[in-house]
Amino acid sequence: MRFGLVISEAAQGLRRNISMVISVILVTFISLTFVGAAILLQMQIGQMKDYWYDRAQVAVYLCTDTDSGGNCAQEEATEDQIAAVKAQLDSTTLKPYIRKYVFETHDQAYEIFKTQFKGNPIASFTTPDMLNESFRVNLNNTDEAGILVDKLQGLAGVQDVADQRAYLNPIFAVLNAASLTAVGLAALMLVAAVLLIATTIRLSAFSRRRELGIMRLVGASNRFIQTPFILEGVFAALIGSVLAGGATVAIVQFFVKGYLGDTLGASTTLIGLSEAWIVVPILILIGAVLAAISAGAAINRYLKV
Amino acid sequence: MIRFDSVSKSYSGNTRPALNAVSLEILKGEFVFLVGASGSGKSSFLRLVLKEEKPSKGQIHVLGQYLNTLPNRKIPPFRRNLGVVFQDFRLLPQKTVYDNVAFTLQVIGKSKGFIQEAVPDTLKMVGLAGKANRFPHELSGGEQQRVAIARAIVNKPAILLADEPTGNLDPQTSAGIMTLLERINLGGTTVIMATHDAGIVDQMKRRVIELISGQVVRDENQGGYQTQAIPVQGFGFGANGGASA
Repeated sequence: MRFGLVISEAAQGLRRNISMVISVILVTFISLTFVGAAILLQMQIGQMKDYWYDRAQVAVYLCTDTDSGGNCAQEEATEDQIAAVKAQLDSTTLKPYIRKYVFETHDQAYEIFKTQFKGNPIASFTTPDMLNESFRVNLNNTDEAGILVDKLQGLAGVQDVADQRAYLNPIFAVLNAASLTAVGLAALMLVAAVLLIATTIRLSAFSRRRELGIMRLVGASNRFIQTPFILEGVFAALIGSVLAGGATVAIVQFFVKGYLGDTLGASTTLIGLSEAWIVVPILILIGAVLAAISAGAAINRYLKV
Repeated sequence: MIRFDSVSKSYSGNTRPALNAVSLEILKGEFVFLVGASGSGKSSFLRLVLKEEKPSKGQIHVLGQYLNTLPNRKIPPFRRNLGVVFQDFRLLPQKTVYDNVAFTLQVIGKSKGFIQEAVPDTLKMVGLAGKANRFPHELSGGEQQRVAIARAIVNKPAILLADEPTGNLDPQTSAGIMTLLERINLGGTTVIMATHDAGIVDQMKRRVIELISGQVVRDENQGGYQTQAIPVQGFGFGANGGASA
């Protein structure tokens, strides 16, 4: 096969079909940008989960004088009850799941409360003994919080066993929905891109049907006939993919690092450019493979005997 | 070289077959005229030889290949042994004479060196030595057909198929084309030519296969466009050829 000839045929096709090629570039650009955004969002969710789940604890709240919920009867948990909970935490059944736990006294809880509700009037009439004593438990695997809840929920003097992950889940649900929306839009756009590439290649083949007829007649191999058209589709899609990759990097640089980074400060972790650079080759690969498949399928019709 | 064993070809939506139980054999180096009215099956015959169509029934052997089961990927190499010429020339208008002929060799992967040697040789043989850089629209019909013939034979095919190559040309130009085809045939290439041109057939006195409604009604050596005898299926009759057209 003569490589130069194949390339020049492909270049000719691109030049003849310039308006279609531009639309292919734009559609692949937009659709792959959505794909890139979806991947970035998933990465962000993953990173936030790692960060927050690592810090999420299971809190075992003990009764105070004012509590009537759980196993409490408006009586402060006794030393014995506290010891019983502690014994459970140290028992052979629960110990393997627990990385570490600390006991938080009324005073410690009050200190934390004061800083969290600084300037709020509620802080002025809250006293230490109104706040629950608690065991703060870090698990080896936060998915296993259920075991702790089952074991400790029923103990005397325990007001509640709370898995803090429950507070985070709605946030992740929202982010997940956003990411799925992006994936859905991306899928629709990719369908449009694939069909557009196929149409473009068919047009290109139609405008060269004389050459194609003669090539087939004189015995040019199918691969020789196909390759320029596939290259044409792949080339257009590649430009679109590279633009989409650029857009992805720009989103991370200017929106995530720039805007979100400034607004949210250090309150959570954000994805950075290293994640963006992982996304770029994925986008280019998706673009090239889809284009090659759809262009190949489109031109195959012209090769049937 | 070419053998048809009771080959039939029907097209969908058409009850009457284009070819009906055709059996014939064409040997190496023969010059064969294929005559018959439009729609008698001449073009279908040529398309079957080229494996552009599959037969509905019967077996086809061409150049030692059994075409019925020839896999798709082997069709291109098979076609490199066949040259084809059409009534409407089918040249590429934006390419020069030289490039039109070279295109054939380029797309089957021949080397630059080979092309630079073969194309001028072939153009010289068809009598277009000085016109390599002309474009098709700058040539007369006869010259365009010579370019098409050059394109068909530049790869030295064993068989040359010509579908009414003189159909668009005046008698004098046609005669020139026939001389050229005869010369190609003398070089050992089997030539099969479908035609309506009675004068040419009568003059050349070659084997004539006549098709009517997809059936071979006459196959005679040194035949004419029409036979005076009652049409006989078989060989050897009408040795002096037919008379008038």
